[in-house]
Amino acid sequence: MTVVSWLAYGLLGTGALLALVRLGLGPSLLDRVVATDTLLVIIAAGLAVHAGLQRDPTVVPVLVVVSLLAFVGSVSVARYIGGMLIASTGDGQDVGLPEAAEERTARSLEVDR
Amino acid sequence: MSDVQSVTDVVAVVLLLLGAFLCLTAGLGLVRFPDVLTRMHAGTKPQVLGVLLIMIGAAFRLQGWSATWMLLLVAVFQMLTAPVSAHMISRVAYRRRHVRRDRLLVDELRTGEAADRLYRGDEPADAPPEEPATALLENRRDEGTLPSS
Repeated sequence: MTVVSWLAYGLLGTGALLALVRLGLGPSLLDRVVATDTLLVIIAAGLAVHAGLQRDPTVVPVLVVVSLLAFVGSVSVARYIGGMLIASTGDGQDVGLPEAAEERTARSLEVDR
Repeated sequence: MSDVQSVTDVVAVVLLLLGAFLCLTAGLGLVRFPDVLTRMHAGTKPQVLGVLLIMIGAAFRLQGWSATWMLLLVAVFQMLTAPVSAHMISRVAYRRRHVRRDRLLVDELRTGEAADRLYRGDEPADAPPEEPATALLENRRDEGTLPSS
């Protein structure tokens, strides 16, 4: 059981660490929103793994709160960014907004290659 | 009795480990994938399947119906809310040009061939244009749809 718990927490911790890397790197706000969402899901999964492995039902209500919080957070940030939209040009995209940073770097990389 | 108990324990532990592995794949995909949509594709793997597997595993391990109902509530809530938030984030990502459109095979939202000509400077990805009204006016003039005034 010790091996199993180390393995499970190792997998979850590595996933959370990689999500944190994306949260720090993420070129745009939406990348960070997605990373935060995934991070909260991984935290909820870790709580559930703890509850399952230790047979400890006291953290189960926390799971409900964390999943609610993830939904409310990502939706409110998405609505906040959506409120900054100005007008559509007819191609379904917003006018006058810069090209995404990752698209620019990827295009320059492909040109260099 | 104890044999059945151990079999359910083994099933529960396997489910928990599968869910944890899905969380690891989500982290890997978040780091390695190129744009917002593909990162969402990776990040929503544990949001539905991983959470479901872990909830089922934890419900096997935890005795008592109250914990089971609460875990079921969490799973149902995740399955209800994940599509909503994913829809909103992907819509905003498309409209704010965070999508690698050169990588798309099918782009059903693109109706015209209006090019991304404006604002190719060094603005951060989330910056609004300096003069939104001017940008809109320039774009309409380029397209020839400027109302005569």
